[in-house]
Amino acid sequence: MSACLDIANLSAVLANGQRVLRSVSLTVQPGEVHALVGESGAGKTMIGKAVLGVLPSSVRIVEGDMRLEGEDLGKLPPKARRTLIGARTALIPQDPLTALNPSRRIGPQMTDRLVRILGWSGDKADKRVRQLLDEVQIRDPDRVLKSYPHELSGGMRQRVLIAAAFAAEPRLIVADEPTTALDVTVQKQILRLIAALQREHGTAILFVTHDLGVVAKISQKVSVLYAGKVVEEAETADLFAAPRHPYTRSLMAATPRYTAPFASLKPVDETVLAGLAAEIAAADQAWRRPHG
Amino acid sequence: MDEARIIRRRLSPRLWLAGGWLLLALLAAIFAPLVAPQDPLAQDLMLERLPPFWLDGAEPGYWLGTDSLGRDLLSRLIFGGRIAFIVAFAAAIAACVVGSTLGLIAGYFGGWADRIISRIVDIWMAFPPVLFAILLVAVLGTGLSSVILAIAIIDWTRFCRVIRAEAMGQSRMDYVENARIAGYGRIGIMLREVLPNVVPSIVALLSLEMGIAVIVEAILSFVNLSISTDDPTWGGIIAEGRLSIHQAWWVLVFPLITLILTVLSFSQFGEALKTRFDPVLR
Ligand SMILES: Nc1ncnc2c1ncn2[C@@H]1O[C@H](COP(=O)(O)OP(=O)(O)O)[C@@H](O)[C@H]1O
Ligand SMILES: [Mg+2]
Repeated sequence: MSACLDIANLSAVLANGQRVLRSVSLTVQPGEVHALVGESGAGKTMIGKAVLGVLPSSVRIVEGDMRLEGEDLGKLPPKARRTLIGARTALIPQDPLTALNPSRRIGPQMTDRLVRILGWSGDKADKRVRQLLDEVQIRDPDRVLKSYPHELSGGMRQRVLIAAAFAAEPRLIVADEPTTALDVTVQKQILRLIAALQREHGTAILFVTHDLGVVAKISQKVSVLYAGKVVEEAETADLFAAPRHPYTRSLMAATPRYTAPFASLKPVDETVLAGLAAEIAAADQAWRRPHG
Repeated sequence: MDEARIIRRRLSPRLWLAGGWLLLALLAAIFAPLVAPQDPLAQDLMLERLPPFWLDGAEPGYWLGTDSLGRDLLSRLIFGGRIAFIVAFAAAIAACVVGSTLGLIAGYFGGWADRIISRIVDIWMAFPPVLFAILLVAVLGTGLSSVILAIAIIDWTRFCRVIRAEAMGQSRMDYVENARIAGYGRIGIMLREVLPNVVPSIVALLSLEMGIAVIVEAILSFVNLSISTDDPTWGGIIAEGRLSIHQAWWVLVFPLITLILTVLSFSQFGEALKTRFDPVLR
C-alpha cells in the first residue's frame, strides 16, 4: 500500500534565491499522526502549504516531488491537482478567526464545500455537518450554523473548523499549530478533540507544532525541522527515548518536562546551533553545485 | 450583544435624517406634477421676484418665491430633482458596476490584470475631473444620456481604487486560501468569498457617488452644458440665481440648500448603510 503522503527531496527557494526548504523528505502513513516540530520560522507552515498547493507566489519549488496516495502531484495538470487535493486533504489552520469568512454564516460555509466540490445533496451535507458538530461537542448546532464567525468564541470557531476539516472525509489533514492562537484552557480540549476524531475517522494528520509536549501526546512519528531541513525523523517513542540528532537533544534539554503538556521551549544551546549552521552551509554548498 | 445592537440601531439618527430627506426629495421628484404647486415653466411678469412666504409681498401658493421671470421656485426645485435623481442613480450605478468589477478583478487576481487596470486608473485620475466632464460633454454633446455617460466614464476609478485595495486585502486572508485548498475555482472564490466582504464598501461608495453625480450634474448645468435649458435643473437654477443675487437672494440660496442637503444625505446615508451591511459592525 502506498503512503498517504510521501515528500521526497523537496527544495523551495524565495525570489532572491534563498532556500526555505532544504531537500525535505518525510512520509505519512495512512491513519498516522506525523508531527512536524521546529522553531518558529523553520518552514513548517511552508511544507504544509506546499502539500496543499497554496505556496505564496514568492516561493518556488525547485526540486523533489510529493505524492498523495501514490499520485505524483507535480505530474498532474493544475486542474486535476486541485481536484485531488480538494477531495483528499483538508487544513485545520492556526488562526480560527481569519480562516472563516467574516461575512458568511457558518452553515453555508461548512456545507458549501460538500455540495459544490463533492457533489452531495444539500440534505446529505446538512446531516453530515450536524453529525460532525456533534462529534466536536457543539451542543447547539442550530445557533452555530446560523451564526457569523465573530459571534463565536475562538474555541468554538476552532471546533467548527475541525468539524469542517473532517466532514469531507479527507485522507490527510494538515493541522498547522491548531492550538497556538487559543486560550491555554481551551488548547487541551481542542487537542483532545483532534486526537479523538483522528482515531474515530482514521485520518492521517501532518501535525505542525513547536511544542514537544504536544508531539509526545498526539503523534506516532515525528520529523524535527530546523531552517527548512529535516534533521531527524523517528518514531515518537524512539525520539523521546533516544534522540539521535544533537539539535533534537538540545530541544529536549531545553524543555525539561517535555512530557508535561504545553511546556514552552527555551533557547537552544549555542554550540548546537553553530554546528547546525555549519551543517546547513555545507549542505547548501553541495546542493548549489548541480543546481547552479 | 443584542442589547447593544438595539441601542446602536436606535442611535442612528443620521440614517433616519439622511434617508428621510432623500426619500422626501425622491418622492417629490417622482410625483412632481402632482405635488408641485405651480407649472415650473409658466412665466408671469406680474409675479416676478416674489419673496418667500414669510417676507412682505409674498403671494400664497408661491412658498419659496419666484425668479426674475416669475416662475415658482419651489416647483422648479421639485422638477429639477427629477433630473438630479435620474443622473444620480444612472451614473452612479454605471460607474459602480464598471469600477467595482475591474477593482475586484485587479485586487483578487493581481499580476498582469492588476498592472493593466491600475495603470489605466492612474492615467484616468491624472485628468482634473470637472474639466474632464466638461470636455466629455462637449464631445458627446449635451443631453441627459451624455451627462450620465460622462459622469460614469470619469468616476468609475473611484470604485476601482477602493475595491481593488479591499479585494487585495481579502484575497490574502486564510479563508480564501482554505477555499483554494477545497478546490474552488478562482472566479467562484472571487464571487463567493471576496465579493461579500467588499459589498459594504460598494454600498457606501455608491451612495457617495450619487451625491457626487448630483454635484457634477449641477456644475454642468451651471456652465450650461447639461440638459436642454428649458427643463429646470438645480445647477441651472443656481446659475440664474447668481445673476439676481442682489434683487432676489432666494433664487440662489434655496437651490444651494437643496443641493447641499441632498449631497450630504447621500454620503451620510451610505456610511450608515455600510455598517448595516457589515456583519461584524452590525
Ligand atoms: N510569503 C512569504 N514569502 C517569502 N518568505 C516567506 C513567506 N512566508 C514565510 N516566509 C519565510 O519562510 C520561512 C519559513 O516560514 P514558515 O513556514 O512560516 O515557518 P514556521 O511555520 O515553521 O514558523 C521563514 O524564514 C519565513 O520568513
Ligand atoms: Mg507556521
